[in-house]
Amino acid sequence: MKSQWRRVRQLVVAGTALTALAVVAACGGGSSNDSASGGTTTGSADAVDAALKAGGEITYWSWTPSAQAQVTAFMKQYPNVKVNYVNAGTGNDHYTKLQNAIKAGSGAPDVAQIEYQALPQFALPGSLVDLNQFGFSQYESAYTASTWGAVHAGSGLFGLPQDSGPMALFYNKEVFDKYGIAVPKTWDEYVAAAKKLHAANPKSYITNDSGDAGFTTSMIWQAGGQPFKTDGKNVTINLQDDGSKKWTGMWNQLVQGGLVSNIPGWTDEWFKALGDGTIATLPTGAWMPGVMESSVKAGAGKWAVAPMPTYDGQPATAENGGSTESVIKQSKNPALAAAFVRWLNHDEGVKPFLASGGFPATTADLKDPAFVDKASAYFGGQKINQVLTSAAGQVVKGWSYLPYELYANSIYGDTVGKAYQSKSDLNAGLTAWQEALVKYGNEQGFQVNG
Amino acid sequence: MSALTSPLRPKRSKLLTGVMVLYLLYTIVPLAWLLLSTTKTQDDLLSTPGLWFGKSFAFFSNIKDTLTYNDGIFLRWLGNTVLYVVVGAGGATLLATAAGYGLAKYKFAGRRAVFAVLLGAVAVPGTALAVPTFLMFSNLGLTNTVWAIIIPSLVSPFGLYLMWVYATDAVPGELLEAARIDGAGEVRVFFTVALRLLAPGIVTTLLFAMVSTWNNYFLPLIMLSKPNLYPLTVGLTQWSNQATGVGARPIYNLVVTGSLLTIVPLVVAFLLLQRFWQSGLSAGSVK
Repeated sequence: MKSQWRRVRQLVVAGTALTALAVVAACGGGSSNDSASGGTTTGSADAVDAALKAGGEITYWSWTPSAQAQVTAFMKQYPNVKVNYVNAGTGNDHYTKLQNAIKAGSGAPDVAQIEYQALPQFALPGSLVDLNQFGFSQYESAYTASTWGAVHAGSGLFGLPQDSGPMALFYNKEVFDKYGIAVPKTWDEYVAAAKKLHAANPKSYITNDSGDAGFTTSMIWQAGGQPFKTDGKNVTINLQDDGSKKWTGMWNQLVQGGLVSNIPGWTDEWFKALGDGTIATLPTGAWMPGVMESSVKAGAGKWAVAPMPTYDGQPATAENGGSTESVIKQSKNPALAAAFVRWLNHDEGVKPFLASGGFPATTADLKDPAFVDKASAYFGGQKINQVLTSAAGQVVKGWSYLPYELYANSIYGDTVGKAYQSKSDLNAGLTAWQEALVKYGNEQGFQVNG
Repeated sequence: MSALTSPLRPKRSKLLTGVMVLYLLYTIVPLAWLLLSTTKTQDDLLSTPGLWFGKSFAFFSNIKDTLTYNDGIFLRWLGNTVLYVVVGAGGATLLATAAGYGLAKYKFAGRRAVFAVLLGAVAVPGTALAVPTFLMFSNLGLTNTVWAIIIPSLVSPFGLYLMWVYATDAVPGELLEAARIDGAGEVRVFFTVALRLLAPGIVTTLLFAMVSTWNNYFLPLIMLSKPNLYPLTVGLTQWSNQATGVGARPIYNLVVTGSLLTIVPLVVAFLLLQRFWQSGLSAGSVK
């Protein structure tokens, strides 16, 4: 079963990498021609309302589970607007198509879902519409500080946050109770718990990690690292800064000690392992409960949520995952597209999103007692949102992703992944990753220091 | 002659038999896994051993769910795949047959050059050409249309090569001469005389083209962004990827059942056309 899925995954990854390379090669001359294809990009707050009144037709690409329901509700409220909803794929498939359409100069949607980690890659070359021109900066107070930061690149505002993923520690309480393990508050305690658990049951692991770029960057973020800095042209990469080393110093103990399972995330094997106690904890984003309720039925009643362990016992966490909806420059009606984004992530669209199990980025929903104090049946009646919403306010500040983060993630397995496979020093892997990223960035026309 | 080719009782080798048994298992186990897995619900898939039945028998409900999920998009994908195969692989076979026959039976300047280009084209994998093809089609405004899949499928250098080699041996020049003397035009000679002699080769080429078009993945992946135009391969991958990340909704049972339904037509085509396939492959191996 495992190998089947892996083959498919490898194919997809290989294909995506190929495309990324080829697309990049095809536009080696630079990306200055991107903005030329856009429609009118001047507008104002009034233009958005006027566009909504005038109506029209836009296309929306997203893989959010509630997208279809949201589009239907929007068109019911604004019958003169037609939204063509397209699920062009999840994650990399979606980006490959989006990138190709942008480079080709036609075929891109008006509005597209873009994960926070991928936003700089599309925003900095000028492929997205700066929503400041529509006065969207006025909505700042509606969102958490970390997600509001994530939809910015430089001074531009390139979307409104759809959701957030402040990290927390999801743990299998049944397993913890069985082996007498206390919920770890610090990473030292977490490492100790990993040892105790694996010694008590060699089939059980504290967590799984076979090398996941998104997890690594989030963990470095939580440790206070700022390995990537950019102003759009100049990039600084330092994957050996204090925060990065703090994380590897702790995580090396788990990887080198064989204390983490090598089951890759998001595979059938992984979903199974979450249900049967093989994987005892997941340090991950606050959107995880929705996934567990719908897809890890065997774990019902067993799991609980605690704040992320930290290095010094003081609360600190990072974002993991989460998306925004952005207006693509190719759009012929950017004001209407912006109006749709505003409806989706600021107005009536938020409710259907939350109903489908999403975790909000909007402060009003994060403070809503009906949300915060809701007891979760899956988590044995625990009011998990109390933990998760307070995590939303404890995200370490100052993080940014690379302007070519998707490429960086695609080569992560070839560099850091090797350290995981050989159970050797993650620092060596991170150094190799950095070297590859500096080289690639310079080839792409960035000024990269590393 | 007959002593050489008649199947004398060969010596049995335990080693060879053992190797073949291993190979048989190697090919059968994934298929068995696929069949068993299609009888399970999503929960059973994650909680029961892979190579035996689960707690429930959900084969028929899986098929029903596969065919109805997302307003029956699977049937749409199946229809697309059939369209791409019939027009793409059918057209490729027709073109390869006509061109292969022409190159084998007519002497004209530049034949050697065509042969050199053809050999080069056989050596280049289609995947490597997918991105340049995308950029070209994008300039022509053909991406996100069925033509983006059909037109590249019409070209099959390997099929052409096969037909060329096959036609050289299978169609005697004397026969063509005779037909011409009897007053048949070139087109008539091709359709009434040559085509029949070429039948085994055509079926072989058709099967090759069918399999490659049916399994075509990378080209439609980058050419198409409308799920309505996807072939099964890309559609099933999209279902499979639905299990990833924020808002993950794994539907492994439908992916597995969809995979089974996807290979059934190919298996049927092979069984029906097997006889031709064998005689085609060995053409020219014994003179």
